[in-house]
Amino acid sequence: MNLRRKLVDKTMTLIPLLCVIATIIPLISISGYLLYQGISNLNWAFLTELPKPVGEPGGGMANSIVGTGIVVGLAGLLGIPIGILAGIYLAEYGQQTRLGKTVRFIADVLLGVPSIVIGIVAYAVVVVPMQSFSAYAGAFALAMMLVPFLTRTTEEALLTVPDNIKEAGLALGQPYWRVVTGIVLRAAKAPIFTGVMLGIARIAGETAPLLFTALNNRFWHQGLTGPISTLTIQIYNYAISPFQDWNQQAWSGALVLIILVTLLNLIVRISSRSRYTQR
Amino acid sequence: MKQRSSGAVDRIFKLLTTGAALIVLALAGMILYQLITQSWTSIKAYGLGFLASDVWDPVFKEYGALPFIFGTVASSLLALLIAVPLSLGVAIFLSEIAPVRIRKIVGFFIEVLASIPSVIYGLWGVFVLIPLIRRFQPVVQNVLGFIPIFQGPPYGYSLLAAGVILAIMIIPTITSLSRDALNGVPNHQREASLALGATRWETIRRVVLPYNKSGIVAAVILGLGRALGETMAVTMVIGNQPQINWSLFMPAQTMASLIANEFSEATEAIHLSALVEIGLILFLVTFILNIIARLAVKPRKTKGVSKL
Repeated sequence: MNLRRKLVDKTMTLIPLLCVIATIIPLISISGYLLYQGISNLNWAFLTELPKPVGEPGGGMANSIVGTGIVVGLAGLLGIPIGILAGIYLAEYGQQTRLGKTVRFIADVLLGVPSIVIGIVAYAVVVVPMQSFSAYAGAFALAMMLVPFLTRTTEEALLTVPDNIKEAGLALGQPYWRVVTGIVLRAAKAPIFTGVMLGIARIAGETAPLLFTALNNRFWHQGLTGPISTLTIQIYNYAISPFQDWNQQAWSGALVLIILVTLLNLIVRISSRSRYTQR
Repeated sequence: MKQRSSGAVDRIFKLLTTGAALIVLALAGMILYQLITQSWTSIKAYGLGFLASDVWDPVFKEYGALPFIFGTVASSLLALLIAVPLSLGVAIFLSEIAPVRIRKIVGFFIEVLASIPSVIYGLWGVFVLIPLIRRFQPVVQNVLGFIPIFQGPPYGYSLLAAGVILAIMIIPTITSLSRDALNGVPNHQREASLALGATRWETIRRVVLPYNKSGIVAAVILGLGRALGETMAVTMVIGNQPQINWSLFMPAQTMASLIANEFSEATEAIHLSALVEIGLILFLVTFILNIIARLAVKPRKTKGVSKL
């Protein structure tokens, strides 16, 4: 083998390694700044107090943290059952049917719809008729993003269940719905749960669909039919504000958000690992 | 009797799941219906001229989408220019070069990168990336300042900032999809090439990459789709000026960032309607891109084998 080819091989196989390093640098920078900037303001008061008026130091994001919990929780209540049921349809009834193929395709396309567009639709469907920005509107927007995601993850989860387990159930004279709920769903519990957790982590970090649905609130929310603060919107407002104190709090809010999202991802990793080792 | 009741439950269960599946379809229908009806005033008032006019002035009720189409396309193409080579490099590293242990670690990092919320990318952009651009802009201009795309005062908030942020955000998408495409290349193809005396790089370039070209194209298209619709991070760093300027260092505005900025403050019906029409354009473009990506990814296994 001549030297030139050898040299080209050595240099060209080095380039991918450089790409990896270039890709990881922003990740290190982001996590470094999050920790360094975020931790300085992160204390008990930040987690338990309301925002202070401009100019007054201190205050926290308690209302935003609770708000994110409420909006994401409502979105889950609405989106999880629909998403999982639609996923069951795709895996158990719609594998080859025309409706099944269409739904699968549309769910994939919905996953690619920009979240800001989802926000517009939620505004038109919920905010305009109710004549108020509300927790419901924000939850509706997030649920619209959750449903197609869970539809696809649930379908994939159910398809991992081997057919012979199902056939064993049917051979015992079980009706199909019992086989699906009692055997297939149970066997696929872990990957379905994974999908739900990842879906929740995804919508918890969304900002754009909440801009003109949940809006924001500098105080505790007054019921679910009024504007409500969320972590992401609060981070956004504080980040683009001209006040240094608020900029600092944006970093702390971002640290709280990333810890929440990472916790959800960790739960997924730990739960899926323990299940694999059990088998 | 028991038989009969379980038959009824069976039907109800099937009906329930079918209903949920129909809701997914209804969601798509609702999005399209709402976007069209809500933007109808603007569609009727401005027609196709909406796409060609470069004036956006709510005070004089003049609405044109061109600056935002420009900003969206320019920032996304810039992002692709940065992200595609890097992502392909990482994907090649993950599927062809790295030992299994390192694959897992790097794969994990890419996953983490994908899970960071976009508002946090924006925050980092505002306080880290933009000061960085401000500092290095004069350095670049000293050398390359005669080229129009490098001219302009050091705002920091710029097309370049948006392109870089978008690139970082779509790298995980393109990387993981093209890694899957490369992993789909059967090993006997690699072995055949190596047996003929090809080096590892020659195998990657001549055999592995061409084998699943369509998968990589699909990965790039899906990355593009994500970049076009990305809102928060871009809104925070692009400067939000409705202008068409070819310099990388000048502020611009995208369709998504326009909606994010003006939607909740639009009081006039026609303003709101024009904003929704921008949303409709965005929806249709990403919809079509998704369809193209999905058509491209259809496996053509037989073709690859017969080529050998």
